[in-house]
Amino acid sequence: MSDAAHKAMWEALDLDIEAHDALLAVLGKFYGDIYMAQEGRLKGAEYLDFVLSEVHGLRIKELQDAKAAGKKIVGTFCVFVPEELTLAAGAVQVGLCAGAKAGTELAETLVPRNTCDLIKSFIGFKLARICPYTESCDLVVGETTCDGKKKAYEAFAELAPMHIMEVPQCKAPADRALFRAELVRYKEALEKLTGKAITAEALAEATRTVNAKRRALQRLSALRAADPAPISGRDALLVNQISFYDDPIRFTAKLNELCDEIEGRIAKGEGVAPAKTPRLLLAGCPMAVPNWKLPYLIESSGAVIVGEESCIGERNTRDLTDETPAGLEAMLDALCDRYMKIDCACFTPNDERLEHIAAMAQSLKADGVIHYGLLFCQPYAHEAMKVGKAMAAAGLPYLAIETDYGMEDAGQLKTRVEAFVETLA
Amino acid sequence: MTAYAGLDIGSRSIKLVVWQGGGVAASRRLPTTFDAVGQLRTLFAAGVPERLAVTGYGRELARELYPFARSVTEIKAHALGAGSLFPQAATLLDIGGQDTKAVSLLPGGRVGRFEMNDRCAAGTGKFLEYTATVFGLSVEDFGRLALTGDNPPTISSMCTVFAETEATTLIARGVSPANIALGLHKAVVSRTMAMLSRVGLAAPLAFVGGVARNPCMVRLLAEAADTPLLLPDEPDMTGALGAALWLRSVAP
Repeated sequence: MSDAAHKAMWEALDLDIEAHDALLAVLGKFYGDIYMAQEGRLKGAEYLDFVLSEVHGLRIKELQDAKAAGKKIVGTFCVFVPEELTLAAGAVQVGLCAGAKAGTELAETLVPRNTCDLIKSFIGFKLARICPYTESCDLVVGETTCDGKKKAYEAFAELAPMHIMEVPQCKAPADRALFRAELVRYKEALEKLTGKAITAEALAEATRTVNAKRRALQRLSALRAADPAPISGRDALLVNQISFYDDPIRFTAKLNELCDEIEGRIAKGEGVAPAKTPRLLLAGCPMAVPNWKLPYLIESSGAVIVGEESCIGERNTRDLTDETPAGLEAMLDALCDRYMKIDCACFTPNDERLEHIAAMAQSLKADGVIHYGLLFCQPYAHEAMKVGKAMAAAGLPYLAIETDYGMEDAGQLKTRVEAFVETLA
Repeated sequence: MTAYAGLDIGSRSIKLVVWQGGGVAASRRLPTTFDAVGQLRTLFAAGVPERLAVTGYGRELARELYPFARSVTEIKAHALGAGSLFPQAATLLDIGGQDTKAVSLLPGGRVGRFEMNDRCAAGTGKFLEYTATVFGLSVEDFGRLALTGDNPPTISSMCTVFAETEATTLIARGVSPANIALGLHKAVVSRTMAMLSRVGLAAPLAFVGGVARNPCMVRLLAEAADTPLLLPDEPDMTGALGAALWLRSVAP
């Protein structure tokens, strides 16, 4: 994964080269064990392997080239940041590193120890100087989706240029008005950053680009209803993860090619696991690269994952932005409508999420649901209990797991997941 | 007559049960130690069973040594073992060296809902073993000592290390060792009861695993659950028995 040719670029970004090399070595080994060892993979997965192998290489080079051409790079942590506006401003939007234990001790000097690993990770990556994405950003956008992030951004703002979007906690008209105003404020922040006004034409084109990406991801989701499962949950998760940082137009084209291949596979009745393999829906907290621990444990326990009810999954792709309105004001209304549909656990109440999970399980023909809660993520820990009740009412077997990025509980998790799969057989 | 061997590799001990002709033909237990592989070689010095099922946290290790062996989780194995010993059992509690498992049983020893402790060993045999060392006692004597307590303090911490700190504070305050021991046992039982209630505790309750040998745990648990417990003669062999029975059912 390491490439000497990229070293000058990493040095220019002021990365800690030694620590970064160590990170890439671990990531490469981890990827090899979890991804390359899979059997019956799609040919199109070569694209995934290539993108991942160049995640800190060619893609960063592209970002540097874009910067040299005058483009701005905007880093995000959340599906509430409207990519439509970022692209309309002629900027590039990337999801930032937050899926691995890195710089934990350093992070704990800025945030309390009982903070979730996702937050510690993005702070740790920054403090340890090992994320070329964070270091490439001209602006980092935070949002108020949980207390942990909200307060962590105050510390992060001392390290990077930040813009904070306020995400409301309810969905009443006053909350919509708040979020609508936040969209305008974000638009203005982008205009200030790029020095260019966002036009209706640019926003319309950006909306088409982002919707096309969502449609391709929706197409992938729908194809996973097939039995035998045509793609592993790990690969599908990786597709969703890559959707946050690859170029959106290239990504959409590549994903549609992958879906074409999947359709051919389904027509031949082929899959990554035999028909009747227990099918599980994974619900809960987002899994950022390279947080593949639980999917790997599940898929090495005799089950296959058929859907991700998560921000890095369905929550990010379920809803399209209406492309019909003309004029900036109406388009911003449409954006507000689309983003206020997100069923994030930061909202109260958030009953639509329970309905979405049951509906997903049904359409994907899942035999059971595993809820993944990241340790110290309070909103999802609460909802894990509500989801449990909703699944019992829907007659769906359910297992709630709470874990973090550490590997020390892998044995216990495997026992629980295997035992859950045994009850489905 | 075909023999079915069930091997349960736990954190503290390795258990082997051989089922043949409708009954247990052989049963062995030895400590896991830091060299489980060496212990397995000793166990199978006279030959590895032809039909072997492995369970317990060391099941992956055993599968590397004996690739022909079939693997089953300890949750299913304990449920089948307890189900065969006590067909009437509706709920199963297994407290082993590093795991606690609460399982609601369906007919035939099938697993309904289950709960298992997370990464830490709070409320498991390890917790009792560790806290026993605070008093310089073996875990067996620790349970007997606890039975003599009559006014236990409330131990609020379930973290093994913090519980030791709490016990040390209580010793300094002059609380008797018997009462502290009883308080620590009660803390384990209240945590266990929470797990049992999450799977829907229904009587009769079967109690298995090494900690079921602890007389204080048995008494406190029966009181807390308000039901007599179903206790096997050899509670730590249930998983190995279940693995053997499972093997017979899947590969007769």
